[in-house]
Amino acid sequence: MQEWANQLCESRQFGSKMTDSKYFTTTKKGEIFELKAELNSDKKEKKKEAVKKVIASMTVGKDVSALFPDVVNCMQTDNLELKKLVYLYLMNYAKSQPDMAIMAVNTFVKDCEDPNPLIRALAVRTMGCIRVDKITEYLCEPLRKCLKDEDPYVRKTAAVCVAKLHDINAQLVEDQGFLDTLKDLISDSNPMVVANAVAALSEIAESHPNSNLMDLNPQTINKLLTALNECTEWGQIFILDCLANYTPRDDRESQSICERVTPRLSHANSAVVLSAVKVLMKFMEMLPKDLDYYGTLLKKLAPPLVTLLSAEPELQYVALRNINLIVQRRPEILKHEMKVFFVKYNDPIYVKLEKLDIMIRLASQANIAQVLAELKEYATEVDVDFVRKAVRAIGRCAIKVEQSAERCVSTLLDLIQTKVNYVVQEAIVVIKDIFRKYPNKYESVIATLCENLDSLDEPEARAAMIWIVGEYAERIDNADELLESFLEGFHDESTQVQLQLLTAIVKLFLKKPTETQELVQQVLSLATQDSDNPDLRDRGYIYWRLLSTDPVAAKEVVLAEKPLISEETDLIEPTLLEELICHIGTLASVYHKPPSAFVEGSRGVQHKRLPGSTGLGESLESPDTGSAAGGSDAPPAVIPSQGDLLGDLLNLDLTPPATTGPPPPPTSGMQLGAMDLLGGGLDSLLGGDLGGSSAMGAGFGAAPAASPASFSAPVSGGLDDLFDLGGGVGMPMGAYNPPKTVWLPAMKGKGLEISGTFARRAGIIQMEMTLINKAMSVMTDFAIQFNRNSFGIAPAGPLQVLTPLSPNQTIEVALPLNTVGPVMKMDPLNNLQVAVKNNIDVFYFSCQYPISVLFVEDGKMERQVFLATWKDIPNDNESQFQIKDCHLNSDAASSKLQGSNIFTIAKRTVDGQDMLYQSMKLTNSIWVLAELRVQAGNPTYTISLKCRAPEVSQCVFQTYEAVLKN
Amino acid sequence: MIHSLFLINASGDIFLEKHWKSVVSRSVCDYFFEAQERATEPENVPPVIPTPHHYLISVLRHRIYFVAVIQSEVPPLFVIEFLHRVVDTFQDYFGVCTEAAIKDNVVVVYELLEEMLDNGFPLATESNILKELIKPPTILRTMVNTITGSTNVGEQLPTGQLSVVPWRRTGVKYTNNEAYFDVVEEIDAIIDKSGSTITAEIQGVIDACVKLTGMPDLTLSFMNPRLLDDVSFHPCVRFKRWEAERILSFIPPDGNFRLLSYHVSSQNLVAIPVYVKHNITFREGSSQGRFDLTLGPKQTMGKAVESVLVSSQLPRGVLNANLNPSQGAYTFDPVTKLLTWDVGKINPQKLPNLKGTMNLQAGASKPDENPTINIQFKIQQMAISGLKVNRLDMYGEKYKPFKGIKYMTKAGKFQVRT
Repeated sequence: MQEWANQLCESRQFGSKMTDSKYFTTTKKGEIFELKAELNSDKKEKKKEAVKKVIASMTVGKDVSALFPDVVNCMQTDNLELKKLVYLYLMNYAKSQPDMAIMAVNTFVKDCEDPNPLIRALAVRTMGCIRVDKITEYLCEPLRKCLKDEDPYVRKTAAVCVAKLHDINAQLVEDQGFLDTLKDLISDSNPMVVANAVAALSEIAESHPNSNLMDLNPQTINKLLTALNECTEWGQIFILDCLANYTPRDDRESQSICERVTPRLSHANSAVVLSAVKVLMKFMEMLPKDLDYYGTLLKKLAPPLVTLLSAEPELQYVALRNINLIVQRRPEILKHEMKVFFVKYNDPIYVKLEKLDIMIRLASQANIAQVLAELKEYATEVDVDFVRKAVRAIGRCAIKVEQSAERCVSTLLDLIQTKVNYVVQEAIVVIKDIFRKYPNKYESVIATLCENLDSLDEPEARAAMIWIVGEYAERIDNADELLESFLEGFHDESTQVQLQLLTAIVKLFLKKPTETQELVQQVLSLATQDSDNPDLRDRGYIYWRLLSTDPVAAKEVVLAEKPLISEETDLIEPTLLEELICHIGTLASVYHKPPSAFVEGSRGVQHKRLPGSTGLGESLESPDTGSAAGGSDAPPAVIPSQGDLLGDLLNLDLTPPATTGPPPPPTSGMQLGAMDLLGGGLDSLLGGDLGGSSAMGAGFGAAPAASPASFSAPVSGGLDDLFDLGGGVGMPMGAYNPPKTVWLPAMKGKGLEISGTFARRAGIIQMEMTLINKAMSVMTDFAIQFNRNSFGIAPAGPLQVLTPLSPNQTIEVALPLNTVGPVMKMDPLNNLQVAVKNNIDVFYFSCQYPISVLFVEDGKMERQVFLATWKDIPNDNESQFQIKDCHLNSDAASSKLQGSNIFTIAKRTVDGQDMLYQSMKLTNSIWVLAELRVQAGNPTYTISLKCRAPEVSQCVFQTYEAVLKN
Repeated sequence: MIHSLFLINASGDIFLEKHWKSVVSRSVCDYFFEAQERATEPENVPPVIPTPHHYLISVLRHRIYFVAVIQSEVPPLFVIEFLHRVVDTFQDYFGVCTEAAIKDNVVVVYELLEEMLDNGFPLATESNILKELIKPPTILRTMVNTITGSTNVGEQLPTGQLSVVPWRRTGVKYTNNEAYFDVVEEIDAIIDKSGSTITAEIQGVIDACVKLTGMPDLTLSFMNPRLLDDVSFHPCVRFKRWEAERILSFIPPDGNFRLLSYHVSSQNLVAIPVYVKHNITFREGSSQGRFDLTLGPKQTMGKAVESVLVSSQLPRGVLNANLNPSQGAYTFDPVTKLLTWDVGKINPQKLPNLKGTMNLQAGASKPDENPTINIQFKIQQMAISGLKVNRLDMYGEKYKPFKGIKYMTKAGKFQVRT
């Protein structure tokens, strides 16, 4: 930097003497020394020039902090420019020289009393920028005066200063009562003061999400709306953003606010326009749709949004991201404006991609011809990313607008003819989706697709092509040859392609069994023996067993009719969309993520919700419904940050599941583990006249023996029985099971909500869950895994969600558990970290199971053994707890506890106090001994627990408490 | 609010930094440089870049990146608008907004930035107010200052800051009172191969240069105000009056300002002033392509089309072009493949034409992309939308001002696909 500056100086030494670049002109040696001399010069002019040189050095990042005392000495001056320059310097270096900065305090305090309001304001402004604790102490008094200054210019500067001070020392601001003064300023007569007070309060409120700083009521709203008309453009943004947080009492108030905000749509500042759009979009929700004004408002929103698109590309980008949200919420606003989203060839790429996305969202039967013509044009552009997205867009059009499907397909075929490699690949991927949406309609194009088989080098395109071949195997004469050609390089393919190839060949086999046994055998052995990908291996085994046990079932499963894919793709979840609409114009709207997902620091950002329509004249009960609705949003449970452990959770394959994956076949009913299970199944499929069938049967039989252990273990033990209980039938003994709690809220689970509880039924631990699909699309391919945990709890079988979970559907699942999994101590002890996968993503949550599910049925200890053990366990291991407010007598308690496998061995009564001696045994054979003291008439129980592993005591106590109180 | 500002030049040097709160290390710009590296063209750097602790919001103007650093949730448009205001202010003060100009005036720049933002909140962004606070550097003033020791910082509180008309200073005096209005329309259009219009829209502005003594109150009315249904006003315009009577009523700022910008959407019929006949073809197997382009006027109401400039990005495979213009001169840059033809004025009697051959690399296959033709032009004395000012009246002052209205139509993004 030094060198650069010197070079700059040298090159500018001649010529531009009249400009500031002369301040860089210093000799290489003793620069600081020279400046020091100049700063201490008697001549005013020389002093000022020296300060300018110092500032110039500072701006280019040179360290001139050594001159601190000399510069501060120049502060006592009547020359405003010199004063400002010194202030500039001070702000930059006070932090590194706090002791020196104190020297400046007196001048500041004096300047705050200056008759010139400009100087008063400047002083208070500068003081606030000096982030040194010692100085801020001296700031309070001058600031208090300035907040009540007669000159509004000073007041508005002071308002911002409160925010600065709050940033440095929040406690001080609260103690000094500045917040209240700031709130009073909202009622100031000067609109600029109001705007700055709002801005300062909003900034402070952001770091205190729950403090009720912005107490919005109709009176303050009215003041804000008045100030809105008169303050600067920046002030308007602050005020509008603040208004957006208000929830009107009824639709009339809502309408009147909208009416007063609408003129802002004609502002030249695009940020004002977008903030106004936010307020209108939010308050519109409350207006009845049959109101004339509602229609007027809709019409008024379109032109300003369109105008934003004629601005600079950066503005366009932000506008487009927001328009993307708006068209999802209210497509009617821009439905006639398709043309403004047409791409100009010299738009920056980030604008092009956004425009394309919105074009698809607006595509309808009315304008599809135009859109398709445009998309075809884009597909011949230079930019590869853009071309790809354009080709995909054609596919999305076909799926969205049924009438256009035929035209889309022919357009895609035209594009395939260009033979441009990436165009062809994208086209094939989208044609696969079109086949999914309109089965048995466009299969005539398959021949053309097959011609391009060799040019496909991307996994997604290869997988798509393989899917097509498998799906329509009966119509493609050489399907087996085509698939065989892919099989050659099986190991080099990506998982996506491997899985697809496996399924496709099985399909082919089921359709043309006679010619393809070798092929299917080959792929099954490749998948099960040579692959180390568990997904692939498991799918291989499943097919293998299906084919060998029940070929008819195999046919039903593999060739099942697939659900149609949904019409609209890439839609944002409705709940998220509502929240984002409340955040129009903010970073959240640019990222399409809720602010809680990325705003720095976990300060608990409140979720915002759109207000509901209240109907005509009907007012809401409580004025703060908005915040109440926000509050009810329970904070999502987050897995404790044991980051490195998470890896263990994830043996689940993270690659996006292939769209064609059949629902997980029901493995529970199968008898496993024996060679002969692979018996005659194939023969029945192939028919008796097949010479090689017995040989093949043998071939099939050989493989699974290699790794049967992993498979048979989880399925052992009466799964069928379990399912009868799955619906939540209570045990006759009445074991207490805690009610279901929400483990994974829909916000975190991309629409999947999981609530659940644990229970022990007939000696089997069960995890009972309710899965609710709150998303827009169907969920399939559920799977579950646990992290290692204290008692080795693990799923005893796969997660049985057999049918796809359609939107808004709820399903109850009972997952049997065993305790033979890997063990690792957790904190708290009964913590369980769970990963659930579906076709959308993998989700993590953690939950706690009551330790009572681990109490085994044979936990009753012999009396003698109990006595001996009690004595044997050192007293250090004894822990005592109290259970309050329990109104059971000892016998009732005893029988209640027995339901949870806590057995009473003996009972003694001493002085009206019942002593129950109890025992229980955990699945890992840890015994817990208990002494429960119940005093008649006293609702407080005392319990002493003794155990060789005292860590469990706390959990056991919790169980006691839960059981006895419910 | 806005935390810091970095100015970065085309070669990736940070040549100025300004912090309004605590100092943010320069290293935060590394994320910007990463994004810059990924972008193929300088203008493709995304405007919003997230980093672990900050967000970088940038605009590219005059080949300088203005990178704002923010830490909390701030409306990105707010930041972008502010950065534009910074650029405009620099341009206003120094005539140009270049790295050299900024470095030459580094102290003024610093003073300006300090005045424009306080703790990240915009303070004074109106050029009128800023100019009262910090006088723009002129050679004359700098000389006078050096001799007399006076400064270029205003001593007084700028009057506009707090008045009801913050955009106008008091005590304005002129010997010649004049008010000029320029109606400038830019036409954005996409024309397809066959010459039909895919989309066309007009971005219009009315720029004013008002030098009037005292506190004049102006009204401006139009012959056909119905054209203006999508407008953005300077804050001085009384919105209520416009809503009710479709008349612009305002107390103007002093000097140059943009009174109004408007947008005539593609739904209205937009006249297209020029047409292009083109024939750009490549044959399979041949290493030559044909190029033939003719321009002609259309719907210009008899006005001449001037300053015509045609440019087109030819396919990558084109090595060079041998063309023959009937007028003007053309250049072809073999590196960027950009063909530009400076046509000048279109003579309706003898239409300008550019014809010849393009040579492809030997053995190269026929290019698959079709070049798009970009056209720039100007038409004086006409607003293509048909907007016409009816009259301009002044109230509140006694003198009689000179008034003038000028119309002009320009091409904005005017693209012809081939």
